[in-house]
Amino acid sequence: MAYDAADTDQVDHEPVTDWVNDWDWLDDQWGSNAIDIWNQVREQCPVASTERYGRAFMPVTMEGVSAVANDTENYSSIWVNVSRPDSPRAPAPPITSDPPEHHGHRRLLLPWFNPKKVAEMEGVMRQYCRDLIAKLDGSDTAELSEQYSQNIPVFGICHLTGLPESDADLYRDWISRNFQLGPKNNAVKLEIMHEMTENISAILQDRLDTPRDDMLTYIANAEIDDEPVSWDLKVGYVRLQIIAGIDTTWSAIGSGLWHFAQHPEQVAQLVAVENDHMLWNTASEEVLRYYAPVTMARKVIGETEVSGCPVHPGDQMLLTFPAANHDPDAFEDADQFQLDRAKNRHVAFGLGVHRCVGSNLARLELLVALQEFLRAFPNYSLDTTKETVWANGQVRGPRNIPVLLNK
Amino acid sequence: MKIRIDADKCQGHNRCYALAPDLVDVDDYGTAFVLNDGVVPAELEEKAQLIVDNCPEFAIETTTE
Ligand code: HEM
Ligand code: SF4
Repeated sequence: MAYDAADTDQVDHEPVTDWVNDWDWLDDQWGSNAIDIWNQVREQCPVASTERYGRAFMPVTMEGVSAVANDTENYSSIWVNVSRPDSPRAPAPPITSDPPEHHGHRRLLLPWFNPKKVAEMEGVMRQYCRDLIAKLDGSDTAELSEQYSQNIPVFGICHLTGLPESDADLYRDWISRNFQLGPKNNAVKLEIMHEMTENISAILQDRLDTPRDDMLTYIANAEIDDEPVSWDLKVGYVRLQIIAGIDTTWSAIGSGLWHFAQHPEQVAQLVAVENDHMLWNTASEEVLRYYAPVTMARKVIGETEVSGCPVHPGDQMLLTFPAANHDPDAFEDADQFQLDRAKNRHVAFGLGVHRCVGSNLARLELLVALQEFLRAFPNYSLDTTKETVWANGQVRGPRNIPVLLNK
Repeated sequence: MKIRIDADKCQGHNRCYALAPDLVDVDDYGTAFVLNDGVVPAELEEKAQLIVDNCPEFAIETTTE
């Protein structure tokens, strides 16, 4: 099906029947079946294609994904998701910028996210998780997305940046509309862009008027090479952290909880060892490998090829990090979830110059959230009478996790 | 055994620092560097191999000089 709907706001797509030549990351099958889909495509060819959003490609091997991520000459980050070609796109540096500008934006943010700075948050993060767990006291069942996993990253971002936690619902609403509806619907994208710009501008202006000791004040006053950064870009830094920092980590924590709810033998192994035991490290890295939530994209800007497949300027290229994480050429027994996987060069946080700035924060949140929950409810299990819905597209993960707490 | 980190390849995933803070440290920007000139005490050789095997950017090498 060719893209021919430039004058309509909403484009509807038929269900996919051919994932090699007609893939669609917003197809209903993607959310719950993406891993099988990538594995099947990989058996047939290393790069799938589609015309549903204009021409777009999808590499499914580590070799292909790594080649694209490391080639900033032929691929640009001005498009970071596969959407209709006429989709409105707002700058959100560093993720939407290319070298050489990218470097300055990234260096502004990095010191706030370095592992030592982030480690200082461990205590408050644990306490926050324990408070959520205390609220489950006395219940037999729970919906762990709403009652647990989706709250933790909002707390983390707000604690780190100074954004108001009272706006949590607003942030989650922007994110779900942006990822689930935005790629097909220009009106929705524009609406969210305007709402976010207005909200963030007001907060940054407040920090200029009454400075505080927080990241927002630092961003409001940001300079690169002694030159002030434009207002649009400052708003973009904050926009990015809201979009990139919340449902990504929520999805990783949720996937972990969904997985362990079905593997009591693995839970027993984990709760038998101390929090600083190596098994917790390998286990949470394996959650990130197996259930990597984030798929990015690039705009092709040079004549080049990926895994032998020629691509041309103007094409879109999906950066399927989660598919690379299941490539049997890159991982031993790639289809198995191994709690103690010792060799794990997974790419859940990307590769190359755009490596996730928030990865240390995300890792801390994931580890702490799993440790606190599994220790509190070591016998919990999935409530199989209810269905789990998986989000598709850019950030994949379970949107509800119905469980029996079996205290 | 010694380890070396290629600063051009390192993108600051910090897997190495999380696994072996006694062999590597990170700067403010999350870029890793070796401690003790990269010399690996015998009891940490397994750790050294572990961080080689978990660096997504293939930025860490061991040598046996
Ligand atoms: C498990 C959770 C997360 C996953 C899987 C994830 C994944 C990713 C990936 C794959 C990229 C690379 C983008 C690209 O190559 O175009 C990225 C970039 C980024 N992420 Fe995350 N992320 C997570 C959590 C976070 C958090 C908590 C933050 C904090 C605000 C964050 C902030 C960013 C930023 C600022 C970038 C842009 C870096 C750049 O372009 O230089 N992420 N993330
Ligand atoms: S794991 Fe590799 S990329 Fe990450 S900080 Fe260490 S050397 Fe750098």
